[in-house]
Amino acid sequence: MSDQLDPHEIERLRSLKPKERMQIPRQQMPEQAPDVRRANFREVPHGLPAMTAIVEANRCLACKKPACVEGCPVGIDIPGFVALIVQGDFEGAVRKVKETNMLPAICGRVCPQEAQCEALCVVGKRGDPVAIGRLERFVADWEREHGLVEPPPTGAPTGKSVGVVGSGPAGLTAAIDLRRLGHEVTIYEALHAPGGVLMYGIPEFRLPKSIVSAEVEVVQRMGVQIEYNYVIGQIETVDELLERHDAVFLGTGAGLPWFMNLPGENLNGVYSANEYLTRCNLMRAYEFPYSDTPIAASERVAVIGGGNVAMDVARTAARLGAKEVYLIYRRSEAEMPARIEEIHHAREEGIVFKLLHNPVRYIGDECGRVCQVECIRMELGEPDASGRRRPVPVEGSQFTIDVDTVVVAIGNGPNPLVPKTTAGLDVDARHGTVKTNLETMRTSKRGVFAGGDIAIGAATVILAMGHGRKAARSIDHFLRTGVWDVEKVE
Amino acid sequence: MNEILENTVIAESVNRYVIAAPKIAQRRKAGQFVIVRVDEHGERIPLTIADADPARGTITLVVQAVGKSTAQMATLKPGDSLRDVVGPLGAPTHIERRGTAVVIGGGIGIAPAHPIAQALKAAGNTVISILGARTQALLIMEEEMRRASDEVIVCTDDGTCGLQGFVTHALADLIAQRGKPDFVFAVGPVPMMKYVSLLTKEHGIPTMVSLNPIMVDGTGMCGGCRVTVGSEMKFACVDGPDFDGHLVDFDELIKRQAFYKEQEQLAYQQMQERCQAESLAQATPS
Ligand SMILES: Cc1cc2nc3c(=O)[nH]c(=O)nc-3n(C[C@H](O)[C@H](O)[C@H](O)COP(=O)(O)OP(=O)(O)OC[C@H]3O[C@@H](n4cnc5c(N)ncnc54)[C@H](O)[C@@H]3O)c2cc1C
Ligand SMILES: Cc1cc2nc3c(=O)[nH]c(=O)nc-3n(C[C@H](O)[C@H](O)[C@H](O)COP(=O)(O)OP(=O)(O)OC[C@H]3O[C@@H](n4cnc5c(N)ncnc54)[C@H](O)[C@@H]3O)c2cc1C
Ligand code: SF4
Ligand code: FES
Repeated sequence: MSDQLDPHEIERLRSLKPKERMQIPRQQMPEQAPDVRRANFREVPHGLPAMTAIVEANRCLACKKPACVEGCPVGIDIPGFVALIVQGDFEGAVRKVKETNMLPAICGRVCPQEAQCEALCVVGKRGDPVAIGRLERFVADWEREHGLVEPPPTGAPTGKSVGVVGSGPAGLTAAIDLRRLGHEVTIYEALHAPGGVLMYGIPEFRLPKSIVSAEVEVVQRMGVQIEYNYVIGQIETVDELLERHDAVFLGTGAGLPWFMNLPGENLNGVYSANEYLTRCNLMRAYEFPYSDTPIAASERVAVIGGGNVAMDVARTAARLGAKEVYLIYRRSEAEMPARIEEIHHAREEGIVFKLLHNPVRYIGDECGRVCQVECIRMELGEPDASGRRRPVPVEGSQFTIDVDTVVVAIGNGPNPLVPKTTAGLDVDARHGTVKTNLETMRTSKRGVFAGGDIAIGAATVILAMGHGRKAARSIDHFLRTGVWDVEKVE
Repeated sequence: MNEILENTVIAESVNRYVIAAPKIAQRRKAGQFVIVRVDEHGERIPLTIADADPARGTITLVVQAVGKSTAQMATLKPGDSLRDVVGPLGAPTHIERRGTAVVIGGGIGIAPAHPIAQALKAAGNTVISILGARTQALLIMEEEMRRASDEVIVCTDDGTCGLQGFVTHALADLIAQRGKPDFVFAVGPVPMMKYVSLLTKEHGIPTMVSLNPIMVDGTGMCGGCRVTVGSEMKFACVDGPDFDGHLVDFDELIKRQAFYKEQEQLAYQQMQERCQAESLAQATPS
């Protein structure tokens, strides 16, 4: 990636009139060609070269009332950091971002900007919005690649300590902010590696693991202890943590895979998305036998679902060598919850979309391996509770597709391990989430806070981070005042 | 990192490891297991906690070398460390006083049977243990099982030790001669657990088995360990590993365990070839 700056060009761009700015086309990130990337696990887009980032930043109109900021769940000062890019001050820009978002290299890559900041961007009303996500990614990468990442200063020691359960984005963010406020923090993580879904779920080609590791290193440099291989609810309970810590934050995510209860779901070759992705990402099955964990060798893979997880699985299956990958989704493309960029990338990589289809059963061969999926066609009926039109099966439209692997990617719920072993922690009976006041991130149990997917069900990285921040402030308030029953924390 | 304090060969291809894991040693209960990763590239392999010494801060694992990870583990020496040990995992075995309990361990399954026998005895049951092995050289932990039980019956397929025949024969004889026990617990190869369960079902004896499907995380996150019990899907790592033997779909489990056979063999073979090449290189002066 080119780092060269052209001072004359920077000046010329800065002198453009708003009308002229509006004429600059949205800048694209160079990326690996589809046929090339289908055969490797390296990241797909290469990131913007420095001058291209400056050109893109000049598309921003520096609105007085920036709509984009409203769309950002954590309220990053978007025009502020974009203006610094316009000046070529990348270090200033990344500082500005990090005032509100500690993990911009991650968010710049995985946030659904098209549904958040970019959806509201004024430039987008009449053309393509400013590529805020790409710019965020650019400044974060620039800082890391120039070795300029500095952990934020930690606050004067308060003598209080907090136990954080789970090292996903919610837990990591809470830990960072708690250290800034001077509290001691220990993170307890069930797996042998940090990052939660960032590490085991989202594939390397979308979020390189070296980036997650670099962010975690910052957290550790701030003095946060991480205990790996530490399953709360087994080795210790939350109540026992409260004997050692003044407060506990639960950031255990939504890691319980759902199945559809279809005949044949336990055949060999039928996976949950969690298992398929964990084998591949966390355990690096794509390097088997150099790494010890195997994964099914597949020619024809059916992926069930239409969200980000389904796209990640489909694209992973292609990279593992599958010749045909079908994505079976019961609604139409318009209802797909996946990010547009993912759908686009999946299509380019030759994933075959079977829309308005639903599996009804899996058929196995004599060794117990799945060899066919029986599907039924669907049509859209009246809108359901989610506001999307309800898919209804078309009688008698069943047919089969030959497959050797099926991955069920219809969603995850919260893991019940912690709720089940914690007396006094109220749980939403329907969703399995820990009941949490989203203003204060406090649960029904004194001293216990929660945030991220465990509090609201499977959502996004940025919401989990937002919760982590809010929780840190609320924990700080609790530790300073000892007051538990509050409606709001400022 | 968890240090290996002892590594002793106790039978052909079977090693006993004593591993520093103070916290797990305090917490574990009978029936629980750990997941081990030997090194940075290692697979996560589940192993039952065969014993623990909270005072010394150690757990004992008894492991049969059947493939790459377990064979690699066997090469480690005291002072070496395992990259990761996580546990205790799984639900502890439900222990209550029932009267006479028969604990059946087949092959390497004697290791997980050991803490169960101990706990059942401590709860006031009369414990009769039936130990099965292919041949005498493969029989493990007979002494420990004698200490944990009121009576031990040994059987080998080839008759080199104890009775000749399968553990099911020994159990059938026991029922015929002394009447029905109040409870049976069986752990070992899946076909063994299947036939024990068929037999006890006939006699209406409550029976628990400890299942060993392929696992990844061991916390309920992947669903790879799912088994069918009474036509319901269960995750063995959190809902088990113990289940009612009369309800388990053993045939499905046998198939699921074999899913990666070819890949596993390839990995094992490549490791053996690498080891041979290394020892050859060491033997030839350069
Ligand atoms: C495949 C996939 C792709 C996704 N893609 C996107 C995307 O592109 N953009 C986006 O914004 N979001 C995406 N998401 C959603 C996003 O990753 C999650 O919303 C986010 O990670 C939630 O963060 P969290 O911190 O709440 O939990 P998690 O990231 O789930 O982390 C929870 C952590 O807690 C640990 N833990 C659980 N139980 C215990 C316990 N008992 N003791 C100790 N530790 C425990 C877990 O091991 C884990 O490390 C995706 C999710 C998946 C699965
Ligand atoms: C709850 C539980 C407790 C167990 N306790 C013991 C024990 O106390 N002593 C002992 O010797 N063995 C035990 N096992 C079996 C042990 O985990 C496997 O033998 C080991 O994983 C094999 O790994 P490998 O690489 O050496 O062999 P591989 O060649 O990889 O596999 C050989 C066979 O082991 C099984 N296996 C492979 N990978 C896994 C995995 N990740 N999880 C579970 N099974 C796998 C498969 O059936 C496979 O065909 C237990 C298994 C479970 C699930
Ligand atoms: S809405 Fe768009 S143009 Fe306005 S400040 Fe935000 S990014 Fe810039
Ligand atoms: S091993 Fe992953 S859910 Fe049981």
